[in-house]
Amino acid sequence: MKLDFTVDKKTLIVRVSGELDLLVADEFRQEVDALMEKNCTDNIVLNLGGVRFIDSSGLGGILGRYKKVTMRGGKLAIVTAPVQVKRILEMSGILSIAGLYESENEALQAM
Amino acid sequence: MKITNQIKLSIISLPENLPLARVTVAAFAAQLDFTLDEIEDIRVAVSEAVSNSLIHGYENDPNRIVNIVCTIYGDVLEITIEDEGKGIVDIFKAMQPAYSTDPERMGLGFTFMQSFMDKVEVQSAVDEGTKVTMRKEPQKAVTALAEEN
Repeated sequence: MKLDFTVDKKTLIVRVSGELDLLVADEFRQEVDALMEKNCTDNIVLNLGGVRFIDSSGLGGILGRYKKVTMRGGKLAIVTAPVQVKRILEMSGILSIAGLYESENEALQAM
Repeated sequence: MKITNQIKLSIISLPENLPLARVTVAAFAAQLDFTLDEIEDIRVAVSEAVSNSLIHGYENDPNRIVNIVCTIYGDVLEITIEDEGKGIVDIFKAMQPAYSTDPERMGLGFTFMQSFMDKVEVQSAVDEGTKVTMRKEPQKAVTALAEEN
């Protein structure tokens, strides 16, 4: 798993690539939480365009971040996921609480 | 039923071995006429079952063994994932969607296994371990058989 990030005002944009599973779930959680603290951001735009695999451990990491930002009054949006990953996201129900957008710009406008 | 092919993979209970377990089972499954979506289903199901053994069965103890056996019987792939961990007290409860013992987890492990495989059986005894048996047949094979009849 690899994380790239940029900050747009109060929103942390995280671009994830690779596999999101039990092996990297803790690292994902710690890195994203640390970036949120460091940049004083309220919202997260999670770009999953480069994610090749996700399971319930990876989804748990996303759900945990969703809970964290919403508790602080922020929002979490998900951007573009490959078909296979999107299917898992849909089944998990996470898309009914976090929005799914076609582009980072579209997600940023919804923040 | 007669065994067409079989592999056995024993891994130490380290999360580092999860990608290997998924890739190995997926490569073996590719001997049957599965679609790419079906192979992906199998990868997720294996990931969930092995993760359960590591997190729940062995409670993250990295010095235990998970045994994975994949067997092809005709058109059917059977995968068993077995640990000698603490076992599941209430299998029915553990298999309910959104049942989780941890707020950072979704409790969807068994739900995904059941959604992505044709059949999932769980045998477990407290302090002895858990064995998950999953079966899947390529949908193409099922359709072809239905057309023949």
